[in-house]
Amino acid sequence: MADNSGLCAQICAKFGNEKHRLMDILLAVQAQAGCIDANALDAIAESLSMSRVEVESASTFYAFFSPKPRGRFVIRLCNDIIDQLAGMDRIAAALRTELGIDFGETTSDGLFSLEFTPCIGMGDQAPAMLVGDKVITRVSTDTVREIVHTLRATKGLDQFKYALGDGNNGHPLVRSMVVNNLREKGAVVFAPYVPAVALQRALSEQPVELIKIIKASRLRGRGGAGFPTGMKWEFTRAAPGDRKFVFCNADEGEPGTFKDRVILTEAAGLMFEGMTIAGYAIGACEGILYLRGEYAYLLPYLEDILAKRREAGLLGREVLGKSGFKFDIRIQLGAGAYVCGEETALLSSCEGKAGDPKTRPPFPAQKGYLGMPTVINNVETYCAAARIVENGPGWFTSMGTQASAGTKVFSVSGDCRIPGVYELPFGLTVAQLLAKVGASDTAAVQVGGAAGRMIGPSEFARKLCFDDLATGGSIMVFSGQRNVLAIAHAFMDFFVDESCGYCTPCRVGTTLLRERLGRFLDGKAELADIVYLEKTGQCMKVASRCGLGQTAANPVLSTIQSFRGEYERRVKANGSVLRSSFDPDRAVAVAAGIAGRPSEYFGNQKGMVL
Amino acid sequence: MAGQIVFTIDGKEVCSEQGQTVLQAAAIAGVYIPHLCAMEGLSPWGSCRVCTVLVNGRPQAACTMPVGEGMVVENDTADLRDLRSNLVEMLFVEGNHFCMFCEKSGNCELQAMGYRLGILSSRHPYLFPKRRVDASHPDVLLDFNRCILCGRCMRASQELDGKHVFQFISRGHQKHIGINAKDGVGTSNLSVTDKAVEACPVGCIVKKRVGFAVPVGERLYDKKPIGSDIESRPAGSR
Repeated sequence: MADNSGLCAQICAKFGNEKHRLMDILLAVQAQAGCIDANALDAIAESLSMSRVEVESASTFYAFFSPKPRGRFVIRLCNDIIDQLAGMDRIAAALRTELGIDFGETTSDGLFSLEFTPCIGMGDQAPAMLVGDKVITRVSTDTVREIVHTLRATKGLDQFKYALGDGNNGHPLVRSMVVNNLREKGAVVFAPYVPAVALQRALSEQPVELIKIIKASRLRGRGGAGFPTGMKWEFTRAAPGDRKFVFCNADEGEPGTFKDRVILTEAAGLMFEGMTIAGYAIGACEGILYLRGEYAYLLPYLEDILAKRREAGLLGREVLGKSGFKFDIRIQLGAGAYVCGEETALLSSCEGKAGDPKTRPPFPAQKGYLGMPTVINNVETYCAAARIVENGPGWFTSMGTQASAGTKVFSVSGDCRIPGVYELPFGLTVAQLLAKVGASDTAAVQVGGAAGRMIGPSEFARKLCFDDLATGGSIMVFSGQRNVLAIAHAFMDFFVDESCGYCTPCRVGTTLLRERLGRFLDGKAELADIVYLEKTGQCMKVASRCGLGQTAANPVLSTIQSFRGEYERRVKANGSVLRSSFDPDRAVAVAAGIAGRPSEYFGNQKGMVL
Repeated sequence: MAGQIVFTIDGKEVCSEQGQTVLQAAAIAGVYIPHLCAMEGLSPWGSCRVCTVLVNGRPQAACTMPVGEGMVVENDTADLRDLRSNLVEMLFVEGNHFCMFCEKSGNCELQAMGYRLGILSSRHPYLFPKRRVDASHPDVLLDFNRCILCGRCMRASQELDGKHVFQFISRGHQKHIGINAKDGVGTSNLSVTDKAVEACPVGCIVKKRVGFAVPVGERLYDKKPIGSDIESRPAGSR
């Protein structure tokens, strides 16, 4: 085993041997050493004056870190349901053939590792995969061959030819094949942006007045939960603390969500402006953008925007010459953990720990990052806040509905002709959206991602807004050709992998639900299993510690509600007193295996009936 | 009195102090709220969720919920009893718990909770995970088959022993307790006299060579159900 102790010590020193920067340190060690092994744990622990097991706790939590050496090129194929339906299996087979390894393995020459990864935010251009930080979209088996050959021959992807994506995807610091698929620009997020206009106006107000403006706009958090933004800012301003923080949650990991990707690509300036305004409003001088590891390809570009904003005096000491207002933003990269989109897990991660959610109360507004009052909002929310300051709250409330003012950015994927990003006023119906995206023969719509709910045609007249069908933006469309239970099962796979494991109902319940749902797909379920699913799901909803666990049963609970027939249809009376899931032959075989000899009574007889 | 906070649990008035949790205030008042990960003297953790109560109609973990004036807490209801049974049954199937072979039988809080809640068998299928046994320490045995991930050893080691022997590793269903050492607990600085050893509610951390000193049948919960010490306490000062 190569000893990377020296390298680890250097990296730690680069981050000031500051334990709160452990995520950055682990990312750097993983990138440069290819793994975070036992020696690395010891070396990092020593430099940061932490115990080894603390470092291990963080390094084993995130999917992008590995205790064993990974290949020089890590290929991560997205196994989200949309990618599965777009032909992921063919791509997976091609990767196995070309590389001669299975998923979870590394080639013997140390060049390639192959892994699956959940939604990487490319549902509108599936199937997609990551090669290191590089996103490859609309992957075909030909692309797989070309990429593997290029990597083998040139040890890089410089020779791999592709068309640059539209908009800033073609920016010299991005140079990505990702396309925006920005189908409708609304008046809030994707309207033309002139830097400093909103900020100038904000700084001419007293912070308290500024918060009043946000409250008057009735802006609610765009991440999905819909907490009133102005109130959040007010609480944070009022909370005692020497330092306060502004966090932007750019960790969209909800399957089928990719709207923040396009906002980060095309409206990052507006978002940073919103963060700066929030900083002024609550009395903070530090902001952190938590960027999901899957979007690392946008990092140099976003850093460049921040640098330019510093040069222009929009960040730094005396922002826009306002004496006493100092504010700057840094970017914290994540490392593959959906739960870190949960705001308190995000804080844990930024503090250099495993991404476990924190106990509430206290709420982040009282005790957040490093125990200090902290505002956390979504990418889209900061854009809206900046725009409200620019155009006034009345302008904002003239769009949308009473309880859901303004516009919402939707990410639409699945069985439709025009998948992509749509910014539309709140309150349109599901049917209206389906018509826009060119969906026909739609049998089911998943609103709000895996944690949201699946609805059938009888509910397509419902409105997309906080008072009816709330969503963080993910809309997945499924035609009559799809099996809704198989889709729910794929979502349960996702939650089993992404639960942080802190609390009992989520850690155990996700596995139990998936197993029981599997019985329906295998034709081994009975009617009582529907009741079991409902009760177990309800227990998770009531008892789980954070939003992930409280919603992790939704794929099952909402399909039972909207597609009960699909469950009942699969229940077969087997005419026996035995459960369909109980296979006596198999049970005997297992027992014989444990005993190490054939059963004395049953031998190897087939078709035993007890 | 300054800092006095009055609220109700199942209609019974409880006097408490600012900064207490619902679980602490209830215990002082002689009301038992079933719990596993919470332990007197350790910081609240809120992971087992067995102490889930309704506070003004909303589910909350009693062990992490601060008391508030006029709160209406529901504790001993049919729905919550079933919820707690469900959670305890999940803990039983998640690990490998064979009470009849376990040194902790009779002193085990998980087992005692099963009896208290009237669990005859689990509604969930057993998951039979493969877990480690770590016998590398001269005086202490770790049998992770019995771990319920309550984190009490971790907190006791940090907060009472001033060490850092235990910490959670990995995530999701693979989450487990890791040891602050390269090669097993025997190379860590755990001592058999550490509070962390005593803190284990189940038979995961057991002392070597002292097993069965008290015979099964004559142990703590063989005599009285778990929680009866709290229920027999004289109600706290009014």
